[in-house]
Amino acid sequence: MYTQKVIEHFTTPRNMGEMEDADAIGKVGNPVCGDLIWIYIKVKDDVITDITFKTFGCAAAIATSSMITELTKGKTLKEAYQITRNDVAENLEGLPPIKMHCSNLAADGLHKAIEEYLEKTGRTIDDIK
Amino acid sequence: MVEQVNFNHSAGVPIDERVLQAMEPYFRKFYGNPSSVHSAGQQSAKAIENARVQVSQLIAADSKDRIIFTSGATEANNLALQGFAYRHRRNGNHIIISQMEHLSIINTVKFLSKQGFEYNQVKVDQYGVIDTQALQKAITDQTIIISIQHGNKEVGTIQPIAKISKIANDAAIPLHVDAVASAGQIPIDVTKMGISMLSLSSNDLYGPKGVGALFTKRGISIQPILLGGGQEYGIRSGSENVAGIVGMGAAAEIAQQQLEKNATHLRGLRDNLIKGVLNKVDEAYLNGHPKNRLPNNANIRFAFIEGESITLHLSLHGFLVATSSACTSKTLAPSHCLLSMGVSEAEAHGALQLTLGRENTLNQVDRFIEVLPPIITKLRAMSPLSKDVPYDLFEDEEHDHEHSHEHD
Repeated sequence: MYTQKVIEHFTTPRNMGEMEDADAIGKVGNPVCGDLIWIYIKVKDDVITDITFKTFGCAAAIATSSMITELTKGKTLKEAYQITRNDVAENLEGLPPIKMHCSNLAADGLHKAIEEYLEKTGRTIDDIK
Repeated sequence: MVEQVNFNHSAGVPIDERVLQAMEPYFRKFYGNPSSVHSAGQQSAKAIENARVQVSQLIAADSKDRIIFTSGATEANNLALQGFAYRHRRNGNHIIISQMEHLSIINTVKFLSKQGFEYNQVKVDQYGVIDTQALQKAITDQTIIISIQHGNKEVGTIQPIAKISKIANDAAIPLHVDAVASAGQIPIDVTKMGISMLSLSSNDLYGPKGVGALFTKRGISIQPILLGGGQEYGIRSGSENVAGIVGMGAAAEIAQQQLEKNATHLRGLRDNLIKGVLNKVDEAYLNGHPKNRLPNNANIRFAFIEGESITLHLSLHGFLVATSSACTSKTLAPSHCLLSMGVSEAEAHGALQLTLGRENTLNQVDRFIEVLPPIITKLRAMSPLSKDVPYDLFEDEEHDHEHSHEHD
C-alpha cells in the first residue's frame, strides 16, 4: 500500500527530533485522530536554516514529516510557504488515497510554523507574499 | 529474507495440510453436484453429510440439530439474526446484542432497526466482559433473540456464556452465540451451554476461507435470506461449496481431537508473550480480561505511539501482526471494542493484536520480545507525546473527521 519512498522515509526519517532553540513550532493534528505533527524551524534572514519534526502517527504521517523537512531546508519563508500537501505526496511517489486527507498534515505544520514565526516578528503572511 | 512469523491468526490462518488433502479430490475427481441423483452427485452429498457430523461433534450438537453451511461466519451471523427476526416478527421486535460483537452482528441489527426492529447493545466492563445485570434489565416482553459472542477476536475476552444462557433461558428467549474466535480453542457444548444458534468460521479452524456454518438447535426455525433451489434444509440455497465444506469438516475434526493439546501450547506461548512484553516495555498495558481470555490472544496497548507504525516496523522484521488503530482500518474508525471498554480514542491507536497459532513456537515468541522494544523506543523518541505531554492536553481541540465502521 505504501511506496518504497514512503517506507524509506518511515524507517530512516530525516531531521527527526526536538529543536531546543527553535524560532517557531507549528503544531497540527490531534491524537484522537491518530496524527500529531510538530514542526520546528530555525530562521535567519527569512531563510529556514534548520527544520526538524516530532510526529505521533502512522507511516504516512512520519514519512510526510520527514519529506517536508527535506523539501524545506534552505528555502526562504516565501518559497517554503508555497509547498503544498500535494508536493509532499508527489515527492513520496504517492500516498494511499485514504491517507491523503488524514495523515498528510506536514505541509500544514510547516505553514503554521511559518505563520507563528511571522507573528513573533510582527508580520503576517501578506508581508512576505 | 527474514522468516515470516504469523502472529495475526485472527485475520488469516494457513490451511492445515491434512485439510488440504481431504479437500483435493473434491475439486476434480468427485465433482458431482449433491443435488444430482446420479452416483457422482451422491458421492458429494455423502461428503457434505460427513462434514456436518464432524462440525456437530466439535460443538457437541445432537444429530437432530442442524448444521447449515454458509459462505462464512458473516453470512452465518446475518442468517441467524435476520432469519430469526423475520420468522418470529409476530412474537416481538426487540433484539439484544453486546457492545463487543463483530460488525456482522452490529451492522445486521442496525439494518433490522430500519425494518421495524429495535435493539439494545448491552454494555461491558473494562475487560470487555458483558454486564449480566444490564442484560437482564434489557429484556422486554418484545425481546425475541439475544446474540452474544463467546470469545472476542480482537481483545481475547471470553464471555460467561453459561450465566448469559441462564438469563436467556429463564426468559424463554433463544440465545445465538458467535463462536468464530472460540471454536477449536476452548470447549463448546451447545447442549450443556443452552445455546440455540451458533456461528462458526472454517478458516479459524485451519480450514479454507469462504466457508462457515450456522448451528440451529432442533425446534429453532429461521427464514432463509438467500432464496433459490432449497439446499441446506431450504435455509441456504445455492449449489454447495463441496470441497470447502469437506475442508471445514476435516478442520473441525482435527480441531476437536487436538483441542487440549493446542490450547495448552497456545496458553504457554501467550503467557510468555504477555509477560515478556510487559516486563520489557514501560507504559504498556494488556487489553481484555487477564484470565478469561482466548488461549491464542494477547492484545497490548503502547502509550504515546500509533499502532500502524509499530505494525509496519514489525513486518520489516518478519512479524505479521495487526493493530486496533483506526489508521489501518478501511473507515479510519477506532476499535469499537476498545472504546466500549473505556479506552480513549487516542490510546486505542497504540494497541497491537497478537493472535497466535498452532505453528508458532516459543523461539518465535522470544525473538518477538527481543525485536519489539527497540521499535517502541524509536517511535516514542519520534512522538511529541510522553508522560510530560499526555494525550488529554489535546482532547478539547477540535478534530475534523469522525469515522465509524458501523452503518448508520
